[in-house]
Amino acid sequence: MANEFLVFDHVTKRFGALTAVNDVSFSVNKGEFFSLLGPSGCGKTTLLRMLGGFERPDSGRIYLNGKDITDDPPNMRRVHTVFQNYALFPTMTVWDNIAFSLRIAKKPKEEIEEDVDQILEMIRMTDHAWKYPSQLSGGQKQRVAIARALVDRPQVLLLDEPLAALDLKLRQHMLLELDAIHDQVGITFMYVTHDQGEAMSLSDRIAVMNGGKVEQLDKPTQIYEAPRSSFVAAFIGDTNFFDGEIVSTEGDYCTINVYGFAQISAYNDKKLSVGQKVHLSVRPEKIRVTLAPPPPEKGAGINVFQCTVSDIIYQGVYTKYWVKSSDRSISALRPHSRFLLDQESITWNDKAYCWWHPDDGYMVENFSEEDASLIHPSPPAQKPKGE
Amino acid sequence: MTDSKKKWQEFFGTLPSLLWLTVFFVIPTFIVLKFAFHAKSPDGGVAPGLTLETWRTISNPNYPEIIWRTVWISAVTTLICVLLSLPCAYCIARMQKKWRAFVAGLIMLPFWTSFIVRVFAWRTLLNPEGFLQQVLIWLGFADQNTMLNYNAGAVLLVSVYSFLPFAIMPIYTAAEKFDFSLLEAARDLGARSFFAFRKIFLPGVKRGVISAILMVFIPAIGSYVIPDLVGGTDELIGNKIYQRTFGDRNWPHASALATLTAFSVLIPLGCVAWWMKRQDEKEARRLAEATARRLSGGTA
Repeated sequence: MANEFLVFDHVTKRFGALTAVNDVSFSVNKGEFFSLLGPSGCGKTTLLRMLGGFERPDSGRIYLNGKDITDDPPNMRRVHTVFQNYALFPTMTVWDNIAFSLRIAKKPKEEIEEDVDQILEMIRMTDHAWKYPSQLSGGQKQRVAIARALVDRPQVLLLDEPLAALDLKLRQHMLLELDAIHDQVGITFMYVTHDQGEAMSLSDRIAVMNGGKVEQLDKPTQIYEAPRSSFVAAFIGDTNFFDGEIVSTEGDYCTINVYGFAQISAYNDKKLSVGQKVHLSVRPEKIRVTLAPPPPEKGAGINVFQCTVSDIIYQGVYTKYWVKSSDRSISALRPHSRFLLDQESITWNDKAYCWWHPDDGYMVENFSEEDASLIHPSPPAQKPKGE
Repeated sequence: MTDSKKKWQEFFGTLPSLLWLTVFFVIPTFIVLKFAFHAKSPDGGVAPGLTLETWRTISNPNYPEIIWRTVWISAVTTLICVLLSLPCAYCIARMQKKWRAFVAGLIMLPFWTSFIVRVFAWRTLLNPEGFLQQVLIWLGFADQNTMLNYNAGAVLLVSVYSFLPFAIMPIYTAAEKFDFSLLEAARDLGARSFFAFRKIFLPGVKRGVISAILMVFIPAIGSYVIPDLVGGTDELIGNKIYQRTFGDRNWPHASALATLTAFSVLIPLGCVAWWMKRQDEKEARRLAEATARRLSGGTA
């Protein structure tokens, strides 16, 4: 615990009958870009508000830099928030907004001017210093909100869905900018979002939350490739779940009898033995759909199933296929790395093959049936196309 | 649609209210002003022919004192009302939505009773035998000889009571539109609660406060029922106008007093408005200069 910068120690918060945050413990390193990711109502914002001092936990403690800050009011914490609606003071200019915390800290005038001018330059808003918030665009407001929270160098910067109000292009641009700002100031960032793309691209580590609990805390690649629970597997990206029972093992691999489907071979990294129930997650982009059977050089032992194409969603960068094999729907992604019109095209109701390598299936430890139905989208109803 | 056409539409749209105000406000005001320049007719009306006679005889040594008392009681009433209304409006605006309408209703509830009846009730309350004085004696804050009633203090107290809803309502309306997450942002950036209230909430409800000041100050200046019932000898200018109009049937004199009162309020208000406008212009100039300085500094 000694060199852990920010620690949540068995934190619980209830609102009436609802337990928003349920016995959560984790720690954040100094200078880290840390994300809280989860659907709305998962408790991530409550956790952030407790860190900001706007809510008090019912039990548990929060430590910052070795000091217990649980009962400190918001103004006594060196923790600043970038609010979702920016919350810029409408009666003050950009310059005065940014200078607000410095003036409260009663810094000398020259120092305030220097600090504000410097951060204005960093966010490239020097020309807009004397405008009022109502005269700014969304992206500009966003940058001012970040500058205002960063100017007196807090120990932690909290960002509450800061990009939610921006349009897609601006969001992508601000992502890069946030990353650059984080690299530049070296302050610990705590980022709350429901957008997995934002969390994945920015974070050093992500805590995926659901129902007031942290389901998994890991690096982005671990979260995506090795989801610990079915919730994480389904919430981060898309996935196909296969529930079954191990019928045989052979070295590092095992064969799973999937109920109502077929036998699948998978990498047995959990060293499970015959008879144990498993829940296997296979990401759509790991599954290939082709009209011809897979070429033999792809190796023996891969999973190959005959299937019928039931739906196609063209997305430019890739196409999403829904295929049916033994009454089971499987989703697959096919990236278009070559000029699409030159390739063989797959259409509705084609007889095809879907296949993936046993290494690409991942056994999920904690499975719950509700999670899967909650998040995993069912394939769209088949359209009477080409008939 | 062309601009001129739109302007005409706007003009016709506002015409009814313009006519209403002209007929029932502007013209009567000028009639009152004009009466002050006539002589009193023997039958209690206004004699024809303009004269400055009324203005010559108006220099009653009591009047400056009464006007001064009117202005300070109105000003203090306004100040107390606004100071009480700010936390009150803040609290109502922060309540759950279903409670807000209920509490706002409670504030308007006294209006279901006649204004005169309510002031009369205060007269009973403030009576030496009244409930309030008995409680104060029991608590040791007063004795039998204390006179709560019939003085400027009583006028002030009852004025605050009467005009408080007129101050709460506009401030509450402004507070309801106020974005309270701004206060959280201020707290987050290190401001103490009261500092955030003063620097963020107060400027945020500025318009409501200005309305409240006008809504209390203007009726307080003209009030005569309250001083008449609980003021005793501490009369306000309203009482004098009332006496001249109905007691003496001296309309020119009453008109001259009304005009005098109006100007003694309008002139200071005008000065404040002019000063505020100048401050705004100064601020705009400061911002323009700062921008110019920064831009030239940026290119250098």
